[in-house]
Amino acid sequence: MEKFVRLTAKACPLMIPNLNTDQILPARYLKWPRSKGLGSVLFYDFRRDVDGHERADFPLNQNIYRDARILLAERNFGGGSSREAAVYALYDHGFRCVIAPSFGDIFAQNAVKNGLVTAVVTAAEVAELAAAVSADPTQEMNVDLERQTISCSNRSCAFTIDPVNRNQLLNGWDDVDLTDNYRERIVAFRSNDRALRPWVTPKTR
Amino acid sequence: MSEPRTLIDKLWLAHEIARREDGAALLWVDRHYVHEGSFHAFSQMKARGRIAAEPQLTFGVADHYVPTRGRGKDIANAEIAAMVRNLETNAAENHIMLFGLRDPRQGIVHVVGPEQGLTLPGLLVVCGDSHTSTHGAFGAYAFGIGASEVAHVLMTQTLWQKKPKRMRIVVDGKAAVGIASKDIALAIIARIGADGAQGHAIEFAGTAIQALSMEGRMTLCNMSIEAGGRCGMVAPDATTFTYINDRPYAPKGADFEQAIEAWSTLVSDTDAVFDRDVTIDATCIAPIVTWGTTPDDALPVDARAPDPSRESDATRAKYVREALDYMGITPGTKLTDIAVDRVFIGSCTNARIEDLRAAAAVLAGRVSKVPGLVSPGSSTVKRQAEEEGLDRIFRDAGLEWADSGCSMCVGINGDLVPSGERCASTTNRNFRGRQGPGARTHLMSPAMVAAAAVSGHLADVRPLLAGRKP
Repeated sequence: MEKFVRLTAKACPLMIPNLNTDQILPARYLKWPRSKGLGSVLFYDFRRDVDGHERADFPLNQNIYRDARILLAERNFGGGSSREAAVYALYDHGFRCVIAPSFGDIFAQNAVKNGLVTAVVTAAEVAELAAAVSADPTQEMNVDLERQTISCSNRSCAFTIDPVNRNQLLNGWDDVDLTDNYRERIVAFRSNDRALRPWVTPKTR
Repeated sequence: MSEPRTLIDKLWLAHEIARREDGAALLWVDRHYVHEGSFHAFSQMKARGRIAAEPQLTFGVADHYVPTRGRGKDIANAEIAAMVRNLETNAAENHIMLFGLRDPRQGIVHVVGPEQGLTLPGLLVVCGDSHTSTHGAFGAYAFGIGASEVAHVLMTQTLWQKKPKRMRIVVDGKAAVGIASKDIALAIIARIGADGAQGHAIEFAGTAIQALSMEGRMTLCNMSIEAGGRCGMVAPDATTFTYINDRPYAPKGADFEQAIEAWSTLVSDTDAVFDRDVTIDATCIAPIVTWGTTPDDALPVDARAPDPSRESDATRAKYVREALDYMGITPGTKLTDIAVDRVFIGSCTNARIEDLRAAAAVLAGRVSKVPGLVSPGSSTVKRQAEEEGLDRIFRDAGLEWADSGCSMCVGINGDLVPSGERCASTTNRNFRGRQGPGARTHLMSPAMVAAAAVSGHLADVRPLLAGRKP
């Protein structure tokens, strides 16, 4: 997994609460293989009208925000379905960090596995950041995961992130490689547990 | 003496293999359910040249993409057929037992697992589906995971997790006639919010919860994720053990006796402390419907839709205005004045036999004023309903009796609510576009969906139950 230490990039405000994973990636695109790239269908039903034309008033359709790599959002971003493809869509579009007051638990977990930072700030802070960006969309925002700070123009604020997620992102750890180092302990747990809870393994064969 | 522990503390401890300095723990997974949507994870595993580590603890179910009509024939849509075939191939290559499209036990994963006796108390259950919280009804630690985590479980039978905070929701008192587990769930979500339980494991307790059947508990735990909680659970008791007894893959004989002894310790200790406590009076719960685009937009059916001009908070007013606009509802409308275009009875939330009976009790001898689809939670539920004659009641009422799958809850098998149409639905998410682009969803209990069907608009089921056995 790609490490994340700090990022300086343009930010896009998308100030809508409860942008659940059905909004981030509508279910009809879940069949798409990752190799196809899911960036083009990110927020599809917000971005496009029934005829498939871009809606001009949607921020991501404005040229100034097309290369944004930081997304500013409202509370409960990524709630709902566990579809990791919602993270793929954000990532494939170019986003590496979402800043919001709260995130769905499963989404936040999926994000870290793919190198996407979920930075938690207060509702007032994200509103201020969004206002600053809207005032000058050309400016770049800085997200520093080591120091857990966000800054742009003359504003800066601290953000929180689960320390476990922060560790994984800073180090670019791969979970499976990490777990393979615990193989002996897993084997020991398994054999002990089988004796302790024999009823766990169903008799299927 | 050790510190008093909550149920989640006990479940966590029983599965912890190792703990890192940063607080992450490596947990053993007892049960892993996979479905057609798990294809990303199988691809990730294949890319590493690995196969499933513990196939005897892994079970496949075809549910998300399966057609609910024309079962037995080849699937007409090539893309959907490929999704179902892909699961068959992945299961076969990894020696995973599959409840596939043509299996008489096929159904929705969160219905089939418990029904087959695969979901048991004390287990750590995961699946690449957020409604895995359903299995917490057995006193299991059950939660939804994403594709990378599914791949990790497939390859190692373990998962890195950080321990959630503990929330106890106590529901005491006797709910009135016509009040279902779904109403309790929606009342809780309306109270704490769609993100109210984020970061928490929920334990549901209290006399109203103890009084629920296993199916009622499953509906409740299923909806935990709609309150933001990745898992919800109910301590196992005699109701749980009776349900499990004699299920096909449940432990038998001495194993079962030993298991019950272990399961009986899965209760929160008397003095155990929770990070958050919520109390709800079941006697005050009325039939509930949603009016907006998140599950916490829920009100008693005799209320009126909110009016953004009366909201003191500007952000809230904007949200309400946009939600009502999407839903096509005039501010302040009486909810019972909202006409529906169709109904759907189905999903992992509310398509078990008791749900079908509750809907049928309202529909018997009546005719639906709108078209509708009934998709049983599993093929087993379907057969049982047919033995009980429930299918006749649905058909005679004018509703379509279909096969089992996720169907119109998520629409990816092609069962969609047309754009702009309004659907009274027993499902779990009233999100924009959830049942199809432009679809308008109102969540409610199966009996309330039946009431909407025979009334042609959102309606209180209670008067319709007069003189009937609910």
